[in-house]
Amino acid sequence: MAEVTFTRPEFRVRIDKELCQKCGRCAHQCGWGVHKMDEETGYPVPDSSKCGACHRCVTFCPAQAILVEKNPLAYKHSDSFSPDLRKAVWRQAETGGVLLAGMGNDKPYLRIFDHLLLDACQVTNPSIDPLREPMELRTFLGRKPDKVEVEYVPDGNGSKPKLKTEMDRLLQIETPIVFGGMSYGSVSLNVHRSLAMAAKELGTLMNTGEGGLHADLQPYQDNIVVQCASGRFGVHADYLNAGCAVEIKIGQGAKPGIGGHLPGEKINEEVSVTRMIPQGTDALSPAPHHDIYSIEDLRQLIYALKEATGYKPVSVKIAAVHNVAAIASGVVRAGADIVYLDGFRGGTGAAPTVIRDHVGIPIELAISVVDQRLRDEGIRNRASVIAAGGIRSSADVAKAIALGADACAIGSALLVALGCHLCQKCHTGSCSWGICTQKPELTRRLDPEWGAERIVNLVTAWSHELAEILGALGVNAVESLRGSHERLRSLGLDQQTQEILGVKPAGIGH
Amino acid sequence: MSPDSATIRRVPTGPARRGPIGAEPARKVAGQPGTDKGAVSHEGSEARIDARGVYYKTLNEQIREEMLNGAQTVILENVNGQRYIGGGLSGEDVRVIINGVPGNDLATFMTGPTLIVNENAQDGVANTMNRGLVVINGDAGDVLGYGMRGGRLYVRGDVGYRVGIHMKAYEDQRPAMVIGGKARDFFGEYMAGGELVLLGLGSDGKDIVGSYLGTGMHGGVIYVRGEVAEHQLGKEVSIAPLSAAEQSRMEELVRDFVGWMGLDAGEILERPFIKIFPYTHRPYGKLYAY
Repeated sequence: MAEVTFTRPEFRVRIDKELCQKCGRCAHQCGWGVHKMDEETGYPVPDSSKCGACHRCVTFCPAQAILVEKNPLAYKHSDSFSPDLRKAVWRQAETGGVLLAGMGNDKPYLRIFDHLLLDACQVTNPSIDPLREPMELRTFLGRKPDKVEVEYVPDGNGSKPKLKTEMDRLLQIETPIVFGGMSYGSVSLNVHRSLAMAAKELGTLMNTGEGGLHADLQPYQDNIVVQCASGRFGVHADYLNAGCAVEIKIGQGAKPGIGGHLPGEKINEEVSVTRMIPQGTDALSPAPHHDIYSIEDLRQLIYALKEATGYKPVSVKIAAVHNVAAIASGVVRAGADIVYLDGFRGGTGAAPTVIRDHVGIPIELAISVVDQRLRDEGIRNRASVIAAGGIRSSADVAKAIALGADACAIGSALLVALGCHLCQKCHTGSCSWGICTQKPELTRRLDPEWGAERIVNLVTAWSHELAEILGALGVNAVESLRGSHERLRSLGLDQQTQEILGVKPAGIGH
Repeated sequence: MSPDSATIRRVPTGPARRGPIGAEPARKVAGQPGTDKGAVSHEGSEARIDARGVYYKTLNEQIREEMLNGAQTVILENVNGQRYIGGGLSGEDVRVIINGVPGNDLATFMTGPTLIVNENAQDGVANTMNRGLVVINGDAGDVLGYGMRGGRLYVRGDVGYRVGIHMKAYEDQRPAMVIGGKARDFFGEYMAGGELVLLGLGSDGKDIVGSYLGTGMHGGVIYVRGEVAEHQLGKEVSIAPLSAAEQSRMEELVRDFVGWMGLDAGEILERPFIKIFPYTHRPYGKLYAY
């Protein structure tokens, strides 16, 4: 049988020939080669099968002559065997390969954040106007002491108080929103530059992901968390000391328990220098760290990193999985200063679709059970909790903090700010927006200054919204919302989920 | 939270454990156990530290301090399991001589120095090491040279499992490891670059390495002085004879090794070596449907 594919295009790309100026911009802009200019007629001829609806061509068409629509092709209805599942079977029957996808889990699981409602003050307890009154979003991440001792030292005629307890090094962030780890290699260097500049301006943290730190980012090191993952790419003493903290990546929400394979095609010269591996070889991050098979081993690596960095804070990133509370407890006991929880909606540059869509648990539940477990065990002060994996708005940040997180990390939202349209084709390395690619003709589309400005705008706007939420709640510091389940109510969640979240149903007062 | 919400939270989260929660590492508080320094004596550019009973953190601080003060050789006496010796240490013409058995993660992230262990070593030696030399005059444990990207590790005796795992080379940084004795399973697992030499001294060259040799290997090379059966190989590697260039590079490493160990290279090189190598740099290139 001749080579024929049963998977029909997901989208249909149409050119309005009355409007088209035959300028060829669409053909130039599309990283996947959807548009080809017809030499005879001069019009672009779209190949819809390559389209991911990323809107790059639509955005840059000067005549607004391009329409991308859903392919209306009907499939015989089956609630069980959806067209997507049928297409997956066809593609695998054709290739014999594991299906890959980018970005986060897009399946219609319950979105718990969308079933949580925040409280506000009325009449008896006044709300606060954050535009005119101080509102504290500043957050300190790291290990807090079990108790604080103060001594009085003589000062002239009297005495003045002095902190006797020696504090561990804390990370000061000006808003409880940090950037999640995205490696140089999966995203372009211009994305890293945008993130670094924005983090510095915002007074928050960016995270290198597992791909080393490009030399251009050295000036931003006070706002950079460097990651040490199982592949140890680009990890050396100078790299570890370049950041303000080190993160050990154990797991990722989009692919818990799975390593990473950065395909050889993406290892160009610059990526090769930064990762310190030869060009064109696959960069394989094994699923586990081969020096960590236990909490004791994790402790060994945490303290190896502390020894090598003069005792900088160490964060441990884990995916939210069924036993996350016990794992987080072990992580804290192992000596982590920060526990970074990544929920099952977290993004990725590439993951097997079956893992991305079916493994892990929602971050909302993970935050609540981890916070509670650490409190029950009397060790909540020993580490900060960062929540990530599906934080889409300032409302999600506020709800995550009310459930017990110290801060949230965002990744996909940052890329969306830079032009990502969630087409989920990151793993192809041909991102038309120049984000998830290493092709120079595509990466140069993203101007780092422009990117940094958009990210600063986004996080500043979210921070203003957070301040408004806090003001409405009648508190003047994000600290006062932290772990305050009482300020949340659920709408349409089952009783057991409410119990896990420690949240009462809407309609019930105090 | 109001009392109500305490009752609504009924999900068991394991027994509440308060009170003592395991030994904590010694903090930097004077007078607490674990902060007592080891006795130091100086002779020229040599510093000698008695490590008996000294907490690892304090010992490593002392080593760094002595080097900052100009010591070129630091000799540690009575070492007994202290971790991270040489961890993150840098410097070119400095050496640490370790009398006793150092603990895990010896020379982790190290860049430059020479570490000489006069007895056995434990697990994780040369973890993510960057440059420098580690010589172990005894046996060593598991997961040696994990992610090692430069420098050399010489072990006189036998080594454990997963040695040389994920070693990687980049341009002129080419890590090398010579093992005098035998190695257990998963030797050179996931290896992405660099050189492993396994000598199997004192044996007849049979069964000097375990199974799953070079599993997941996609770069670098392993030289074995002896025989390896097909069933011992990982599925990503093959066996071949050494080319002339490889033979001379291997001999160079062996000569350097014997120089540190006080052995005779001629006798070692009499027996033929075989080469284990990966046949693709893209072991999983065809795994996915794009």
